[in-house]
Amino acid sequence: MATRSISSRIGAVLAAPVIWLARLLNLPLKWWQGMTGTGGMAAFFLAPNMAIFGIFVLLPLVINFAYSMTSGQALFLSDRSYVGGEQYARLMDCGNYLDPTTCREDLFWIALRNTALFVVVQVSMMTVVAMITALILNREIRGRGFWRAVFFFPVLLSPVVVGLIWRWILQREGLLNFILYNVGLEPHVWLTDRFYSFVATVGVSVWAHMGFYTLILLAGLQAIPRDLYEAAEMDGTRAGRVFWRITLPLLMPNLLVVIVLALIRAVQIFDEAYVLTGGGPGTSTLYLTQYIYEVGFASLLRNPGLAAAASIIMGLILVVLTLIQLGLGRRNEKAGERK
Amino acid sequence: MSRVAEFLTRRRGGSGWDWTDIFTWVWLIAGIFVMFGPAVWLVLSSFKTPAALAEFPPTVLPMATEQVMVEGYDNPLELYSVSMPDGSEQVLAQVRRVGTIAQMVDPDAPDEIVKVNIAERTPQRRVAFATENYVVPLEQNDFLLYLRNSVFVTVMATIITLLTNSMAAFALSKYRFRGRDGVMLLIVATLMVPLSVILVPLYSVVNAVGLFDSLWGVILPTVATPTGVFLLRQYMLTIPDELLDAARMDHASEWQIYWRIILPLAAPALAVLAIFSIVWRWNDFLWPLVVLSRKELYTLQVGLNTYAGELNVQWHYILAMTVVTMIPVVLVFVFLQRYITAGIAGSGLK
Repeated sequence: MATRSISSRIGAVLAAPVIWLARLLNLPLKWWQGMTGTGGMAAFFLAPNMAIFGIFVLLPLVINFAYSMTSGQALFLSDRSYVGGEQYARLMDCGNYLDPTTCREDLFWIALRNTALFVVVQVSMMTVVAMITALILNREIRGRGFWRAVFFFPVLLSPVVVGLIWRWILQREGLLNFILYNVGLEPHVWLTDRFYSFVATVGVSVWAHMGFYTLILLAGLQAIPRDLYEAAEMDGTRAGRVFWRITLPLLMPNLLVVIVLALIRAVQIFDEAYVLTGGGPGTSTLYLTQYIYEVGFASLLRNPGLAAAASIIMGLILVVLTLIQLGLGRRNEKAGERK
Repeated sequence: MSRVAEFLTRRRGGSGWDWTDIFTWVWLIAGIFVMFGPAVWLVLSSFKTPAALAEFPPTVLPMATEQVMVEGYDNPLELYSVSMPDGSEQVLAQVRRVGTIAQMVDPDAPDEIVKVNIAERTPQRRVAFATENYVVPLEQNDFLLYLRNSVFVTVMATIITLLTNSMAAFALSKYRFRGRDGVMLLIVATLMVPLSVILVPLYSVVNAVGLFDSLWGVILPTVATPTGVFLLRQYMLTIPDELLDAARMDHASEWQIYWRIILPLAAPALAVLAIFSIVWRWNDFLWPLVVLSRKELYTLQVGLNTYAGELNVQWHYILAMTVVTMIPVVLVFVFLQRYITAGIAGSGLK
């Protein structure tokens, strides 16, 4: 009892200035309400959020287009020289689009190719792994909450922590090589190999985020009416058939959400991969966001205009993916109505 | 053991095992190792000395060679167990090593030096936690500074997020005004605008308002989260308008209605947003990396990445600091996991 009263007293002391401030605010706000009515109050409530939103989200979004049409190293738009579509032309200047080495901005095309490959492999792996895990967690198993927590755990870890954990495991004298050595397999220097470092970025990002998608799929599985399965069982339907004919069709909306969300996030891959491999060895794990970051900020010959142009191309890719999601969602709704 | 086996093999309906049950348990057990293993390995490694970290094959638990003070020597000497020529085992302390010959002394009779072939000796080891990996960076390096910066950013950003988002959500759910749907649409549309798309212009905007290289430059661009406004608005829509009307009858001002009625009733949604905001802001990496250039302003994530990028990576410190960075998130996970999973399953936010 004593500790409880102390903690509540601490809480009261901490809350006191806040409550006092809120009371103090009441007077001028009452006056404002009297002057402008509830419409003015709506404006008052919206103002702080929309001001921050306008300055730090909308404004950058708009001037990004202007930025992408200027050149030079100057920071402020007014000091930059207008070059029209030159930055885009520079990005698109390619002898052969399938061969990045023939492009003027070869790194952009390498990053684009790596990202595309990453998206395809990571999203398919993610979907399959999350699907299997969700199906298993939906079974009648003991301690389901615990098992769900097991698979969800890495989702909250910071990408830097995830990157460092795996860099430590994949290093030459790391845990993975130790395990391989013990079972008699050949150890590798994983992160200095072009192929394995790519696989590592894929695997690590699946490891870090699969719990999130598993949860979405699990929520969908639990919403499927039980009597459908009971009916199937009474008819003696095989498990595989039940999955293809009942589970998968009814899970489709959640599955689409998972695929599209995973796609949108995979296109933006940066933090874990950057900490894990730094984009290397060479350019084998250089992804689009890292390209934008390095061209815009990190390299000696930084070119904000070019980075802005590249980010707009990436934005367009994301818009297309979002529109696909909206389209699929609507088709689903219609399909639902027809039933 | 048999009770454990019984617990593990118990099935509903009492029917026998088929391949799906085996697959389920293989997947779950493998899941424990794959999902928890790396973090556990990190924690164990963080307590190893640099010498132990460089070992291959590594030991599971942090081990250190036992040391002893021997009369006549200024520094502690390492203990080895040595197989003597007469076949007996003896514990000796090593004075120095020359080539394949180690010069050793008996700790109880330190005057006589014994020469031993290094193949004949094995180190006396025991489990020892190298706590200095934690103590040294927290005392000497800028790490405490980074920790403070991260706490400041996380706390401030979360308070401002809760306040501004809840005010906006209140206006968008409980008032009718022209352009309300337009504002809502704008907010929802930008749910899909990631930081990496507006990185360059955001950087110049933050510079123009004088927030470059300051912690407020990290905080402010992140607080107007569309997700937060959306989540809170959906929740506030479920609060009945009659409550507000009754308060108005009693001459409550609109501010009092927000403060005394809406906020307490929206507490569950506010709690979910607070948890998410804490995790988001604590974990932010790209934006602080871009906007902070002075070392003393770095957040934990940026500081850790800088240490790990140095030419001579001091893994023993980095691993320990990674564990420290992980602690708040693990606490959130252990105590608030239920709310987070419910939040994700309900709204698909992350």
